[in-house]
Amino acid sequence: MREAATPWERLRQMLITVGPGALWLGLFVLIPTLIMLVASLMSRGSLGQLVPPFGLHNYLRFFSDPLFLEIIGRSLWIGLWSTVFIMLLGYPLAFYIAQSRHKEVLLLLVVIPFFTNFLIRVYAWIVIFQKEGLLNGLITAFGLPPAELLPSTLAVYVATVYTYLPFFVLPLYAAVERIDWSQLEAAYDLGARPIRAFWEAIFPQTVPGLFEGFLLVFIPAVGTFVIADLLGGGKVTLIGNLIQLQFGSAQNWAFGSAASMVLMAMVLLGLWLYARTQGEKGLDKLV
Amino acid sequence: MKRLLSIHAWLVFAFLYLPIAVIVALSFNQSRFGVRFTGFTFDWYVRLFSNERILEYLTNTLIVAVVSTVVSTVLGTLLAVGLVRHRFRWQNALRYLLYVPVVVPDVVMGISLLLLFDVVRDAIGWPRLSLFTIILAHISFQIAYVTLVVRARLMLLDPSLEEAAKDLGATPWLTFREVTLPLIMPGVVSGALLAFSLSLDDFVVTFFTAGPGSTTLPLYIYSSVKLGVSPEIHALSTLMVGITILVLLLGTLFWRKRA
Repeated sequence: MREAATPWERLRQMLITVGPGALWLGLFVLIPTLIMLVASLMSRGSLGQLVPPFGLHNYLRFFSDPLFLEIIGRSLWIGLWSTVFIMLLGYPLAFYIAQSRHKEVLLLLVVIPFFTNFLIRVYAWIVIFQKEGLLNGLITAFGLPPAELLPSTLAVYVATVYTYLPFFVLPLYAAVERIDWSQLEAAYDLGARPIRAFWEAIFPQTVPGLFEGFLLVFIPAVGTFVIADLLGGGKVTLIGNLIQLQFGSAQNWAFGSAASMVLMAMVLLGLWLYARTQGEKGLDKLV
Repeated sequence: MKRLLSIHAWLVFAFLYLPIAVIVALSFNQSRFGVRFTGFTFDWYVRLFSNERILEYLTNTLIVAVVSTVVSTVLGTLLAVGLVRHRFRWQNALRYLLYVPVVVPDVVMGISLLLLFDVVRDAIGWPRLSLFTIILAHISFQIAYVTLVVRARLMLLDPSLEEAAKDLGATPWLTFREVTLPLIMPGVVSGALLAFSLSLDDFVVTFFTAGPGSTTLPLYIYSSVKLGVSPEIHALSTLMVGITILVLLLGTLFWRKRA
């Protein structure tokens, strides 16, 4: 039998495997985050560059101006309602797919839009909502005056729901597949009516999948700036748009970094709450 | 009840495919403006393929996707093996760091990398924002996905197989090459495919890390949507949807055959 590896040998193996990846994550994930933290404490120079003095002024400005609080509120609000609509559409769909004889085909039908280029999907809604677009063509065909549908909050909602729906259906489908249906029969045997039997025997089994799907949809929906940018015009400003603006035409990287830190803190807070309820395994399942 | 469920499902599918159908229809539409269908044409496809700029953007996109996928797949696979096979200090910190690119909104990822490149350039005059910086940025989020996918596969592995190889006198490298790697190959391939499609699809991180001369297809689509679309975009989108469907179908058939 071969001798057990010496500690040095094990250390060498560990450095070869973990080393490069850990170094990369440190250089390109950890350090940028720290730079962003430092930048958020700096000030805007005359050319928009980052200059001292250091302080909490960017955060103070962010949290004392109703405009920015409104942007945070709007991001959470639109993210939340989009997620609710997605759940209403996706929850029954996952059950339908799981019970179908053509599961594989139906899953593929959910996955295809998911893998279709994100910008193309958003752009398609412009074609549908624009003044000379499909929807207005339909409206005017009924003899009604054309509606101003773009830019609008409605368009932002529709495209957000559309974009992230597959993110929800896939984890929920996995949860539905694992359901122990004998519990439903047990509930019936005990005299439960269909709705109560579903609610008591089936729904609880889908709750982990629901949580998972919720996070997978809610986080990107809150953080997106492209959808609101292209379909909301100047009308719908979310926190993502605010950040983009500060790094773009507003040229205030310090304030943009602070807004980014706020967004990141909100996400990490949400994940922390999730990890507390679902345990650490939940985090692994999420990805 | 069952009827209701199926009506609902088909309505949702209609919702999912309506926008795609609209784009495909427009790509064959003679009219340059509006959505009124005035006649069938292949014109936009012909123009697309004679548009050198678009072909250049396509090349850029593919260079970024291929290079970043190769690097992230190698680094991610090694990292997954190390994380599963070794116990060390800071291991939990590293695991949490791994989740960051997955869960943090891409706009945050994009600007933090922009800041990094800016700080380093201020200090040593390098790197300029270019395809190179886009590649570095893509690897940084791909690596997390690859590691998590490969790690999931590794955890299903029976450790006794590797121990048997070692007992028979195989060196660690031989064991890895002849035993571990073939067994986790499906995970490595899935991870690489995921990384590749994430790179092709990425707009936000690319948007913040691209410079002059490094336009990719998603960047081009974005700017043409902002500035007014030429119908060649419809043709391009239709082709991209077609390729997506083809790749997914082939992938499904491939996995089915193996299973």
